[in-house]
Amino acid sequence: MAQKVLMKGNEAVAEAAIRAGCRLYFAYPITPQSELIEYMAKMMPKVNGTFIQAESEVAAINMIYGASGCGRRAMTSSSSPGISLKQEGISYIAGAKLPAVIVNVQRGGPGLGDIQPSQGDYFQATKGGGHGDYRVIVLAPNSVQEFADMAADAFDLADKYRNPVMILADGLLGQMMEPVEFKIAKTDQEIEELNKQHYDWCMRPNVDGEERHHHEINSLELDPNVLEKHVLSLNETYKKIEQNETSHEEYNINEDNEIFCVAFGTASRIVKSAITELKKKGHNVGLIRPRTVWPFPSEAINRAITGKVRKILVFELNLGQMVEDVQLSVNGKVPVDFMGRVGGIVFTPDEVIKKIQESL
Amino acid sequence: MQVIAQRPKSLMKIPFTYCPGCLHGIAHRLIAEAMDELDICDKTMGVAPVGCSVFAYKFFDCDMAEAAHGRAPAVATGMRRARPDMCVFTYQGDGDLAAIGTAEIVHSANRGENITVFFVNNAIYGMTGGQMAPTTLPSMKTSTSPYGRDVNDIGYPIKASELLATLEAPYYIERVSLLSPQEIIKAKKSVLNALKYNKENRGFTFVEFISTCPTNWGIEPVKSREWARENMLKFFEIGCFRDRSKDHEGGEK
Repeated sequence: MAQKVLMKGNEAVAEAAIRAGCRLYFAYPITPQSELIEYMAKMMPKVNGTFIQAESEVAAINMIYGASGCGRRAMTSSSSPGISLKQEGISYIAGAKLPAVIVNVQRGGPGLGDIQPSQGDYFQATKGGGHGDYRVIVLAPNSVQEFADMAADAFDLADKYRNPVMILADGLLGQMMEPVEFKIAKTDQEIEELNKQHYDWCMRPNVDGEERHHHEINSLELDPNVLEKHVLSLNETYKKIEQNETSHEEYNINEDNEIFCVAFGTASRIVKSAITELKKKGHNVGLIRPRTVWPFPSEAINRAITGKVRKILVFELNLGQMVEDVQLSVNGKVPVDFMGRVGGIVFTPDEVIKKIQESL
Repeated sequence: MQVIAQRPKSLMKIPFTYCPGCLHGIAHRLIAEAMDELDICDKTMGVAPVGCSVFAYKFFDCDMAEAAHGRAPAVATGMRRARPDMCVFTYQGDGDLAAIGTAEIVHSANRGENITVFFVNNAIYGMTGGQMAPTTLPSMKTSTSPYGRDVNDIGYPIKASELLATLEAPYYIERVSLLSPQEIIKAKKSVLNALKYNKENRGFTFVEFISTCPTNWGIEPVKSREWARENMLKFFEIGCFRDRSKDHEGGEK
């Protein structure tokens, strides 16, 4: 059962989503996530699921809106330019309090950019992306295994909070092959039970003997007082998510750290390698890796600032987007330095070592 | 005492938000009556658009979703695929369907999605205050075509029914008029056909209503219907463009 298979991240996340009970998938092809849509095209018919290659990312996210509005586990995926197109729909999904899972296999931007790995969509993912006051839960995997595991987490979180969840991966995680172990697939009966959990609000047929219901899936409210209440209630949900769901990993964080790094996703793997190399040379550098980039693990970063810490180094495959959240977290207590590469270029462990050594 | 007219059960007991003389109320009523007659309200979901009929999600008694502008057919696709045991319809205006939502309507029709699309064409944007629509007639003045629609500059009105009838998949496409009681009775038949085919899982069905906008046309209600008859019906011809149920009787029209 617990057999490991060698798979690309794009395929692993698709397989994991199906096992987690996703039976509706709508997307538009884009590099570097095309293996994901192709895997779904191949596998969805085998589980009596729905696969539609939509006419656009805009249509795909609105199909998710419709399917999620029926209480079903539905997913879409894309890469950066396509995720921009989905932002309208994500805002509506958040406003209408719908669960939904969106995978972003990021590539270089802005504009058409290129098809190499990037983390340039951090702001878009964590700060809203679309219009209005809302939040998307953003999970940031750094291995194929975690990419797959987060598919199940994403559906559970989306259902629990009735909120969109994004898995923020990148071209490297999508294309890379690694051994992965899958969870046991949910049965049709288990999936039906999951669907029924939403029966108090979702669109569905009348159940025998039940008085007719009128469920509305909607984000429109013209009365400012009522809309304010709605947005405040969303904010209460976001506070709960911040309290309960913030997640991170620590590597070599200890009381003797003078420097620790913060990095997520693909960048964190390279930083970890660099730190391991430095350790061999007798340097004690820590790493905090946010597994959720919203909510952001501010407390963990603050806890790591012991008396000896004199600097935090942030590494990202962008020009410094998460670094702002780190700065907000530490609020000037210690200096925060940054290194990033863009254009689809991934920094090497040597580049990271060199940057860390400047501060040692 | 015999009841000869009453509010359809598939309409909520709340007042419409439409202007005096507006025909949305009649279109709503026809759909609700058809839902009652087919006894499908408990198994039907609707999608409201952005435009004057944005509050349609409050008016129909079935479960309803409010879609982003133009996206109703995509939302309906997701709903129908999630719930193949239910009837799904969209209710859309001309800006929603024939401008911002052109891709969604064409491709949902092309997939033969098992949904019914009710399309209300009154040649103008109502809710935003009378701007030019994709169906605004040549030379017709609106707030964004103040000198009249110049077809050399901005093109001709889009004939949505004819356009969709170029596709293979749609099962039923008909344009009807809401301009007189006789025409409303005919329109009712078309609405019934579309929802009946929907209930029978026959595929994509589409009803275009030729309607009016007294407020933004600046023409009083009765005269607005005369204006529509003289101008709109000449450009948007009434008729059935596709009825696959008649294929065995000698091919489509």
